[in-house]
Amino acid sequence: MSQSDTQQIPQQESPLTRPSGQLDHLADLYRQMLLIRRVEEEAARAYAQGKIGGFLHLYIGQEAVAVGSIAALKPEDYVVTTYRDHGVALAKGMSARALMAELFGKATGCSKGLGGSMHMFDAQTNMLGGYGIVGGHIPLAAGVAFASKYRADGRVTLCYFGEGAVSIGGFHEGVSLAALWKLPIVFICENNEYSMGTPLSRSMSVEDVSMKALGYGIDRDRFFVEDVLDVEQRIGEAVQRAREMSLPTLVEVRTYRFRGHSMSDPAKYRTQQELEERKKKDPLFRARVKLVDEGYGESRLKALEEAIEAEVADAVEFANTSPEPDPSLLESTTYDGPFAA
Amino acid sequence: MNLVQAINDALKLEMKRDPRVVVLGEDVGRVGGVFRVTQGLWDEFGDDRVVDTPLSEGGILGTAIGMALYGLVPVPEIQFADFIFPGYDQIVSELAKMRWRSGGEYSAKMVVRTPVGGGIRGGLYHSQSPESLFIHVAGLKVVCPANPYDAKGLLLASLRDPDPVLFFEPKRIYRASRGDVPEGDYTVELGKAKIVREAEAAPGKPAVTILAWGAMLYEAVAAAEKALELGVECEIVDLRTLWPVDVETIAASVEKTGRVIVVHEAPKTCGFGAELVALINERCFLSLEAPPVRVAGFDTPFPYTLEMDYLPLAHRILPAIVETARY
Repeated sequence: MSQSDTQQIPQQESPLTRPSGQLDHLADLYRQMLLIRRVEEEAARAYAQGKIGGFLHLYIGQEAVAVGSIAALKPEDYVVTTYRDHGVALAKGMSARALMAELFGKATGCSKGLGGSMHMFDAQTNMLGGYGIVGGHIPLAAGVAFASKYRADGRVTLCYFGEGAVSIGGFHEGVSLAALWKLPIVFICENNEYSMGTPLSRSMSVEDVSMKALGYGIDRDRFFVEDVLDVEQRIGEAVQRAREMSLPTLVEVRTYRFRGHSMSDPAKYRTQQELEERKKKDPLFRARVKLVDEGYGESRLKALEEAIEAEVADAVEFANTSPEPDPSLLESTTYDGPFAA
Repeated sequence: MNLVQAINDALKLEMKRDPRVVVLGEDVGRVGGVFRVTQGLWDEFGDDRVVDTPLSEGGILGTAIGMALYGLVPVPEIQFADFIFPGYDQIVSELAKMRWRSGGEYSAKMVVRTPVGGGIRGGLYHSQSPESLFIHVAGLKVVCPANPYDAKGLLLASLRDPDPVLFFEPKRIYRASRGDVPEGDYTVELGKAKIVREAEAAPGKPAVTILAWGAMLYEAVAAAEKALELGVECEIVDLRTLWPVDVETIAASVEKTGRVIVVHEAPKTCGFGAELVALINERCFLSLEAPPVRVAGFDTPFPYTLEMDYLPLAHRILPAIVETARY
């Protein structure tokens, strides 16, 4: 819960209170998480086949953070995230086709194949980018929130980053300005316990990231991700604080990635036992168990899962058969107007 | 009107015309900026549109990029060009790449204003001319006016340009450069140089093209006056927009004279003069009568004393003109 005792949080309305259709809602979140999981698994396969080059940072294990937090948003709200951006892009509504084609470097990708894995961008869903410079996007996200406030359009910006970004200047500059100007933004630290291969205890003097909020006088929250609905509820409180009172919040979400930092990382810095223990708490798996336990119905779940398989297979096929971007794209997307080639 | 007043006039005019324009930076509000360029804006447009910031260049520029992504037209002021480096990452990694990395979907339209150059005894952290560091980063436009008329017109054009613009203001001539500035709205097109002094070469009478911008333009003019007494005519091109550079105007002049000197304050090595000379070699090789020459700052930090020796002032340009003409 919020640590602030000075701010009263008004009662939540939709989308958090869902007296009816709660199970359908959970099924929808499960569907989104499964889509991310399956897209990432297929991306890993395509990477191994050499169809995706360069760097590939998978979101496997962390799906509940993107899906739960974005469930608390309205479609017109903004998200800005890190290089581990596939999950956030899909949860915000970008198509699996546009994502996979971008990974394959094809002209049909969300950035016409120019960005690749770390630099997704989708104007239609207000996904304002994955950013490859750690922490550099945090002041940028504050600027998006500044513009929301300036225009009084009631929109909220979610800004995601890892705990590794908290030690860099951009984090402090962004949070400092958001606090000073009371911007409608939620800073979500996805603390997956390893900044690349270095564990939390070796990279931060204070392991509780949310404590940084105290110095800036903003609200904070901190919790372990177990249940996607819980993420929606907790982030929802911060979103509401942003939307209704134009106040920023720093939320530390403790999560865990099941794969290495990137495809080239065998993750030898942690034990197999630790990984297996964490996999038992997989929020995706837990959501499925809950759906079954509460009577959503195995046959409906099967149908949902088959639809995801078809969607992912279609995305891979689409990426495979899409054309490469033409070299003429290079200069014409660098400048606009009379100077464009 | 002087350069400061002309820039202030342009900002005021555009803020009235376009509610998306927001000025932000250190001391830009109540104080009116360290050089008083934003004086009066805060009184007229208030806290929402003239925003005082903490000392946080990465924060100022990063925030401005986010604002621009969302359709505002931020005009961040960096107090001195030398202070831009804590925010350089934002400019290079994010601002310059936004249009490209979004596949053309988004641009980060903004104008970063910053005073540039030496001549005020500022020493190593208040005198530098880092333009080539930004020209080298594809995706930015770089402008440097040399007089009040161009300053107002170029700034208004920059504010309406769809791409991010680095607007370097030569602080040495902030108040020294004076001239008539029309009231109301006009623009000076980006990417167009201006011939400020014409020359014709004739048999036995060589002419030299000088490329300059900002405060050094006046030094080029002073050197040209002296050169005329020695029988050498100079054609002077004020680049005005450094990038995209007006290579057509430059090439036409160099093809006419066959001789060229580039003048800039920044250190010589890898300064913008290097690129200009390369472009001239590519475009005008067969027209050249003499090797292109660079008169520039030294490959050292900017000095506190010896400032007038470091800068490529008229007394350093004149011998280069004579040598080039006699080659």
